[in-house]
Amino acid sequence: MAEIRLRNVNKRFGGVQVINDVSLDIADGEFCVFVGPSGCGKSTLLRMVAGLEEITTGELDIGGKRVTRLPPSARGVAMVFQSYALYPHMTVYDNMAFGLQLARTGKPDIDARVRRAADILALGPLLQRLPKELSGGQRQRVAIGRAIVRSPGVFLFDEPLSNLDAALRVQTRIEIAKLHASLRASMIYVTHDQVEAMTLADRIVLLNAGEAMRRDGSIAQVGRPLDLYHRPANLFVAGFIGSPGMNVLPATLAGATPERAELVLRDGTRASARVDATTLPADATVTLGIRPEHVGLAPADGTSALAGRASHVEQLGEASYLYLETPARDGFLTVRQGGDTGVAPGDAVAVTLPEAHCHVFGPDGRAVPRHLTAGPTGRPGSAGVH
Amino acid sequence: MAAVPVACTQDRAPAPPTLAESRVRAAWLFLAPLVVLMVLVAGWPLCRTLWFSLTDADLKDLGAARFVGLDNYTGEFGVLRDPDWWRAVGNTLLFAGVSVAIETLLGLVVALVLDADFPGRSVVRAAVLVPWAIPTVVSAKMWAWMLNDQFGVINHVLMTTHLISQPLAWVADPSLALGSVIAVDVWKATPFMALLILAALQMLPTDCYEAARVDGIHPVTVFVRVTLPLIRPALMVAVIFRALDALRVFDLVYVLTSNSRDTMSMSIYARQQLVDFQQVGLGSAAATVLFGTVALCTALAITLGRVRLEGAAG
Repeated sequence: MAEIRLRNVNKRFGGVQVINDVSLDIADGEFCVFVGPSGCGKSTLLRMVAGLEEITTGELDIGGKRVTRLPPSARGVAMVFQSYALYPHMTVYDNMAFGLQLARTGKPDIDARVRRAADILALGPLLQRLPKELSGGQRQRVAIGRAIVRSPGVFLFDEPLSNLDAALRVQTRIEIAKLHASLRASMIYVTHDQVEAMTLADRIVLLNAGEAMRRDGSIAQVGRPLDLYHRPANLFVAGFIGSPGMNVLPATLAGATPERAELVLRDGTRASARVDATTLPADATVTLGIRPEHVGLAPADGTSALAGRASHVEQLGEASYLYLETPARDGFLTVRQGGDTGVAPGDAVAVTLPEAHCHVFGPDGRAVPRHLTAGPTGRPGSAGVH
Repeated sequence: MAAVPVACTQDRAPAPPTLAESRVRAAWLFLAPLVVLMVLVAGWPLCRTLWFSLTDADLKDLGAARFVGLDNYTGEFGVLRDPDWWRAVGNTLLFAGVSVAIETLLGLVVALVLDADFPGRSVVRAAVLVPWAIPTVVSAKMWAWMLNDQFGVINHVLMTTHLISQPLAWVADPSLALGSVIAVDVWKATPFMALLILAALQMLPTDCYEAARVDGIHPVTVFVRVTLPLIRPALMVAVIFRALDALRVFDLVYVLTSNSRDTMSMSIYARQQLVDFQQVGLGSAAATVLFGTVALCTALAITLGRVRLEGAAG
């Protein structure tokens, strides 16, 4: 059993606060991803769990044991480093066996463990190679193998895919997911890539950086990937999760019932959202958020739709992105359309903002509670065109 | 251009040089000054020494030198038959072996300390260099005074702390002299070793050490199994540098103990033959054998080092 419990954990380097008040429970066997912008301290938090960085204040338990002041080796964790951290002068076999020889493990047992890890990771033919004779993906597998042989309760991954090329990253990501399914160990995985976070995590911990970290604590939101996607707690989470990012439009609250909020956009367009904004004062300055894939194209004569003009069009084959200039916001409104689109740069385009897909954020940036008819993973169907 | 057959180009104007040719030409142009300088300051004296070693040249009249073949090497009074020469060889090898061994060990310790993070590290690093920065003649003279049997501070301190009952003649006593010379050389050359090793230590990947910490590997094991193998190439270079220096040691020994047979090195022997006894032929022969010894040791060290490096890689 290796559940991980962080209680009011803080980290200061000198006078600089890098981790602010993190309390978090990671269940045994859970795959937890720390994600956030650069400088949010996600790697530092991982290294604090590993014991490579001291915890300034707060407590850390692993497997029910208080480990706050214990050295890394006494915590029952294994770590996979971004740069692989392989011993350059040792063969793949020795790299994996090195940590075991000193744990007074018998030679046949060491050999069995190394062979098993090599089987899992398809490293068998490479056991006598040196790290410099391996490709990046193979080195990463050796680093993972070195963690596996120790059969730890907790695996820690520090941006393990960031040195791999795009194709290999997808492949290794799937391998890590399979590994988690077969090993059933707790894993903490640090990445700045929200796609990795969404695809791998049982639960995502999104971390704040800078001023927000000092004000609200390091944790911006914790939840299942689709919770963060469908119910972002605030504008920062809404913007970080999802690619391209959520469109945000300044708006004024015109009316609110428990079921629906009526909004007026900057250019006078009226919109509505299935949120309960009754706690906000009337005429409050709010932000309407909608993801690019939820913006609909309106019929050409749609009088009540949001008007815009296509500035760029990106054709990706399976989808197209339209970047619209609209009086309702500065910058572009991004629209994702499946397949090809007939829209050319310069065309006038009118779009609709389906009310079931609209998010509303209060003046402080916090999300107003949404009504999702089919739960967070469902796809609410009704679309109110205004 | 390169595809044009040679036979054709001979009839016409010479083809303009290819890119590779002009690069080679430029390389020689840049190398030329150094080559000329090396021939003048190293090649010429070396050849002249080689020639003199085959003659009976005398310092008073170099022009009267006669060719005597290998007499200066293997003749009745040849270098290789002189017990003093073999004693100098023994002294030099002992000096080089012991001093380089101690300097390597101490240098490693100092480098490991300086590699650690502590306040004022850069100041200490600079301070450590002081013995190396002082010219050898100056530091040797300084040590000669400190080791002086009557007025030296070393004897004074040892006497007042009752570690010795009577003053020791550090550089005159045959049983102490070579040890004293080695001690001073260690004092002087350890910083050089330490800095070369420190440079190697700072090139080491830090993440390996973090991985070892997470895996709970004992620091001593990490040092023996990770650090030492990784710094060995740099360590070998440092040892070769110092060994070559030690084999041709002259200034330190000469200032501390002059021509004493107890500490005489091969260089001192050559100087004594050539200058004091004015036997340029014999001195040149000694210098030539010294040159050969150093060259042999270098070749040996590089070959052995390479073999071992390949052994580690294979």
